Amino acid sequence: MRKVAIYGKGGIGKSTTTQNTVAGLVEMGRKIMVVGCDPKADSTRLLLGGLAQKSVLDTLREEGEDVELEDIRKAGYGGTWCVESGGPEPGVGCAGRGIITSINMLESLGAYEESEALDYAFYDVLGDVVCGGFAMPIRDGKAEEIYIVVSGEMMAMYAANNISKGIVKFAQSGTVRLGGLICNSRAVDNEAEMIEEFAKKLGTKMIYFVPRNNDVQRAEINRKTVIEWKPEVDQADAYRGLAKAIDENKDFVIPTPLEIEELEALLMQYGLMEAV
Amino acid sequence: MLLRHTPKEITERKALTINPAKTCQPIGAMYAALGIHGCLPHSHGSQGCCAYHRSALTRHYKEPVSASTSSFTEGASVFGGSANMMQAINNIFTVYGPEVIAVHTTCLSETIGDDLPQIKKKALAEGKIPKGKYVISASTPSYAGSHVTGFSNMVTAMAGMAEPTGKKNGKVNIIPGWVEPSDMEEIKRLTNMVGVKTILFPDTSGVLNGPLSGEYKMFPEGGTTVAELKSTGDSIGTLALGEWCSADAARYLDKEHKVPCQVLDMPFGLQATDRFIDALRMVAGVNVPDEIALERGQLVDMISDMHQYFYKKKVALVGDPDQLIAMTEFLVSIDMCPVHIVTGTPGKKFEKRIKEITKDMGGKVNVKAKGDMFLLHQWIKNEPVDLIIGNTYCKYIARDEDLPFVRWGFPILDRQGHQYFPTVGYKGGLRLLEKILGVLMDRQDRDASESKFELVF
Repeated sequence: MRKVAIYGKGGIGKSTTTQNTVAGLVEMGRKIMVVGCDPKADSTRLLLGGLAQKSVLDTLREEGEDVELEDIRKAGYGGTWCVESGGPEPGVGCAGRGIITSINMLESLGAYEESEALDYAFYDVLGDVVCGGFAMPIRDGKAEEIYIVVSGEMMAMYAANNISKGIVKFAQSGTVRLGGLICNSRAVDNEAEMIEEFAKKLGTKMIYFVPRNNDVQRAEINRKTVIEWKPEVDQADAYRGLAKAIDENKDFVIPTPLEIEELEALLMQYGLMEAV
Repeated sequence: MLLRHTPKEITERKALTINPAKTCQPIGAMYAALGIHGCLPHSHGSQGCCAYHRSALTRHYKEPVSASTSSFTEGASVFGGSANMMQAINNIFTVYGPEVIAVHTTCLSETIGDDLPQIKKKALAEGKIPKGKYVISASTPSYAGSHVTGFSNMVTAMAGMAEPTGKKNGKVNIIPGWVEPSDMEEIKRLTNMVGVKTILFPDTSGVLNGPLSGEYKMFPEGGTTVAELKSTGDSIGTLALGEWCSADAARYLDKEHKVPCQVLDMPFGLQATDRFIDALRMVAGVNVPDEIALERGQLVDMISDMHQYFYKKKVALVGDPDQLIAMTEFLVSIDMCPVHIVTGTPGKKFEKRIKEITKDMGGKVNVKAKGDMFLLHQWIKNEPVDLIIGNTYCKYIARDEDLPFVRWGFPILDRQGHQYFPTVGYKGGLRLLEKILGVLMDRQDRDASESKFELVF
């Protein structure tokens, strides 16, 4: 089983990208579990056709510690298993601890056992690695490949650089590695070139460039992944391409994060260049 | 009437525990760690946790309990406790020189997500752990499980020290669970009598029931040695006593190193001891030695001689799951009626098992996992009992309800002897009966009218 975590700045499109990619992998015949690690619990909406999922932590709160696997995972598009960790309302409690609790619970309930015959487990993690809890998916070799969703915007790249620092910390003593950057285009000038250069400096590569396309938004309104909503559109092929790139990826590295000056220089160089 | 506010009427409570029947995970982890020879338990959290956990053990075992702490401050809580832990490892090996540091987490370090395996790897990489010395770790947040869970987690971490050489050592691992140092000694005596070579872990005998010699030893003579722990992966099998305390470690050795395991009940009482001795006999391929058959016969003799005093006496029990399962079976087997049974440790399996054991007893049995002593007291008010068996905290209920009370389990803070006299095995069964009969007959003598005051029982 390959264990993949998707990180990136908040609002960059991690959940959308993850679910659309998972749909692509499903078409390739892969068996997948998606674990949403975001208190908003919206990481599996497109696969389930709505926010139908009761989160692990809600279940724990309402039913106590005797929880069964079937209470917390739901079958979504193409037989994917969907789990939402969930968490407290904004401003209260500890969301990070919530992630630790849910992942431990999934393990003890045997969600990752060989008998489940999973090809992939995907962790879709909230925004930045702000505290120990959000690093849970990359601790103890839980997720072994990380993909960072990024765009050509400064703050997205800044976040990606920060996440890389987190990966370095855990990679030195564990098995976690960076698999590459996924560019989710914001139609910024010279975006692909800049992210390729950024990836190179991080010691990895831009594994795929997802073009900006309104079909993603239309599919979201229909509570579906693009592949399920209109399998024939160009954007569906884009996600199929990303799925294939991840499926075939063999380059896993310990990243080399940039100094902040270096990152700004990169932005100056590409951002001020005339669009080609 | 210290508990006079406890109402007889039972209302459903979900969010409130009153007089809990459990304590913190790290207390269990610390107790287990003390069963390693030359081990310093280390509490990864703020100082208050460590101070409380040490004193909780000292109050029960009446021995000094040394343990170190990461001494979290506001800063460590924000930036993570890794730096504190690294410095602690360095200081401890330099100043105290233990063979093993057994680290457990606390609620605080768990909540901020400190990753002990990662910190340990870093310490190894930076050469902070001297050659031949070990750091093991267990995750023990007190907001999950109970002290029993913490014990089990640390025992599993001990099993993690196994380093199979590929050559079998001809020994059997015995994981005794959370029993007294005296019980661990008794288990060793029994295994020796049957003629089985064993590695008992943890083993707190000689650590928490030591003599007063006039000389302070930070690391007493007792405890399972590092060499023994490393060798557990080469053993021919594991007998785990108690599903809650010991099964995880046994299953770990089974899964990781193909050391087959058998999970038994803790050997309290006649039948559970029978099963333990039988398992030992099978491993050794011998007949049960006469000396053991004699001890068993003595227990059976006492049961039959005194049967009329046990018959249909109602008992309330509180304690930890593994102990209670064996005790309930023992009481049922001598025709006593354990009618109210509470543990603070979660696990629906517990209720199921107790119901199975008591199904032919007749009458209703109240049983609750994750319950509390308040509920036990309410049950007693609704259906009075003749005897209460449990830890020291039962004394409040016993006093208010004027009940005979046998102290058994953890913690016992106000009576002595538990460290020195076992309650496991056939001899231990005799001691349990002696204590039960003692309080029942004292009561009978106290309450008898002049004309019914008996000289001979």
